[in-house]
Amino acid sequence: MSENEKEGSMILEVNDLHASVEDTPILRGLNLNVKPGEVHAIMGPNGSGKSTFANVIAGHEDYAVDSGSVLYNGIDLLDLSPEERACEGIFLAFQYPVSIPGISNAYFLRSALNAVRRYREESEVDAVDFLQLVRSKMALVGMDEKLLQRSVNDGFSGGEKKRNEILQMAVLDPKLAILDETDSGLDIDALRIVAEGVNALRGGDRSFIVVTHYQRLLDYIVPDHVHVLSQGQIVRSGDKTLAHELEREGYSWLDSGDKPKKSEADQKVQEAS
Amino acid sequence: MSEAEELQKLADKEYEFGFVTDVEADSIPPGLDEDTIREIVKRKGEPDWLLEFRLKAFRHWQTMEDPAWAKVKKNTVNYQDLIYYSAPKPKKQLDSLDEVDPELLETFEKLGISLEEQKRLSNVAVDAVFDSVSVATTFSDKLAELGIIFGSFSDAVKEHPDLIKKYLGSVVPYTDNFYSALNAAVFSDGSFCYIPKGVACPMELSTYFRINAAGTGQFERTLIVADEKSTVSYLEGCTAPMRDENQLHAAVVELVALEDATIKYSTVQNWYPGDADGVGGIYNFVTKRGLCKGDRSKISWTQVETGSAITWKYPSCILQGDDSIGEFYSVALTNNHQQADTGTKMVHLGKRTRSTIISKGISAGQGQNTYRGLVDVKKNAEDARNFSQCDSMLLGDRCGAHTFPYVEVRNPSAKVEHEATTSKIGEDQIFYCNQRGISTEDAISMIVNGFCKEVFSELPMEFAVEAQKLLAVSLEGSVG
Repeated sequence: MSENEKEGSMILEVNDLHASVEDTPILRGLNLNVKPGEVHAIMGPNGSGKSTFANVIAGHEDYAVDSGSVLYNGIDLLDLSPEERACEGIFLAFQYPVSIPGISNAYFLRSALNAVRRYREESEVDAVDFLQLVRSKMALVGMDEKLLQRSVNDGFSGGEKKRNEILQMAVLDPKLAILDETDSGLDIDALRIVAEGVNALRGGDRSFIVVTHYQRLLDYIVPDHVHVLSQGQIVRSGDKTLAHELEREGYSWLDSGDKPKKSEADQKVQEAS
Repeated sequence: MSEAEELQKLADKEYEFGFVTDVEADSIPPGLDEDTIREIVKRKGEPDWLLEFRLKAFRHWQTMEDPAWAKVKKNTVNYQDLIYYSAPKPKKQLDSLDEVDPELLETFEKLGISLEEQKRLSNVAVDAVFDSVSVATTFSDKLAELGIIFGSFSDAVKEHPDLIKKYLGSVVPYTDNFYSALNAAVFSDGSFCYIPKGVACPMELSTYFRINAAGTGQFERTLIVADEKSTVSYLEGCTAPMRDENQLHAAVVELVALEDATIKYSTVQNWYPGDADGVGGIYNFVTKRGLCKGDRSKISWTQVETGSAITWKYPSCILQGDDSIGEFYSVALTNNHQQADTGTKMVHLGKRTRSTIISKGISAGQGQNTYRGLVDVKKNAEDARNFSQCDSMLLGDRCGAHTFPYVEVRNPSAKVEHEATTSKIGEDQIFYCNQRGISTEDAISMIVNGFCKEVFSELPMEFAVEAQKLLAVSLEGSVG
């Protein structure tokens, strides 16, 4: 396939991951490998464990890892606190971004950037340099500069919140970005703007995991790989055409218990490997 | 580190200002009767009219009972065990700061209050009160050029008796409550400030209160009079050593704003709060009231209350002049076993009077935080307006927040609005910050500061920074 195929070059290796929420098992043996620079889409019906997976990777304490392992650039990710994971370059774009009244977006983002920079033993960014940086990134997501002085996500529209997530991503410059249902609640224009922002950040070694219920986001953010999650396991993987197939056929075949028929996409993957 | 561990670590941090200064004190033995009062008057060389004022108050106090409040638990204070007058023994008569006991200067230095003029960077005049007496006032001469009187209450009694006679007890009469009566009987010092007509005070005026001696009560009295068309901004700060007894601080603050005058009064209260088990700490029972006497006058209270074992105070405004304005901005934080019962009274007498109340209560540990407020619109207060907002934030599940907003309206044209919210500090908010690389400790501090922003923005700039730091320190170990 490519030079990324090489042994040991995975940015994320998830092996037989089991995780639960309040003692209810959600993930039941999830396996996933992501190489630097790849974009993976994880699709699946409600309740299949998509958001749980995103939160486990980010380290949310409500999600308990029962067994399995997650290696991130070869280190044990599960050993790290959420903030250490963030500082190591993992970024989660939230499905429901949280508001922090009274704290300006600019202050929050600069605090985050400097926390990450301190961790990486880089010098902190002063207000002037920060403003320059953030302005250049705001253009990426077509965000109004006024939003910098507003409280974090406080009173933001759905579209503004999601754009703000992408802005944060652009500023924090992660190695692995996870987009958790970033398309939910967005109209088509907002979706396009957000997707363009993400596409502008693609390239180099930055990897993405795009978690979504619907195929339409993937029309804009075209993935290298598509995975179908069902009952806490990845039950099918393919290339971008798998997403189109799911769009046509929905997820009902998952419930039927039938082995889904072999698709064009599966064949392509087989041919490639 | 998990949130709980983080908080535990912070909880173990100690009160920063708990040291004791070793100075020789000139005290009156413990106990309280008319002779004690005569002795205070004698030592301070006060005139007869003040002795009469004190004795009347004392006799009235004896008829009163120590109050109990629904939401506050306290140990009984034995008033006969207290020392009512303790002054650092002066080495000689003081003419300038150079002659202040270096021990005392060092004490205030340690507290971050530099009394030495050449070292001071900020544009703030300070009156430093140590136990029962004012030990130093800075910038007095410069202020005097503008006709501004700023200094110790004791000096004012001697130098400006007419002003004191006219205004002492005019806003908070000794009959007002148990502690105001006690204060009127035994108050030993405090600050007096007078801003003449048309003068805008060019610098912040500040009083710094320090309780040092053991077994003493501090009973200071502050009186600020802003004459017509004058403005003044005033700040008080306070700390005390760590002791395992409960020390009583029962102050009275009276503000008078005449026509078109504005008084802004800010408090950063950091009395010793007691230890993590609730032993010791200051009982902070304070009566603060401002009279908007003239038309278009304005009084604004801003308080950041992070210290004391018990805080009981309701800085209030009597809106007597037409179009007068009263404001109350408050942040009260209770951690460990601290209790705060605080709020305000806005009494609308004049026409088109307006009041604003913004109260932010933060409860952590096993702290109990009560907002108790009264908006009282009297019959003649046509078109009075009030807006109240009381927000509570809970950190952890062993603390409590309570809100008692009382409203009495006797004029149908009044418009009174009240909003209240209670929120738990969001784990989602903390996780969101964590996911962006921000530690839990910084996240909590950030979220709480955001919660208090409307109040902090009312503080003078440099004190706002102080208040934020203080809040961060006081919050340490807050969730468990």
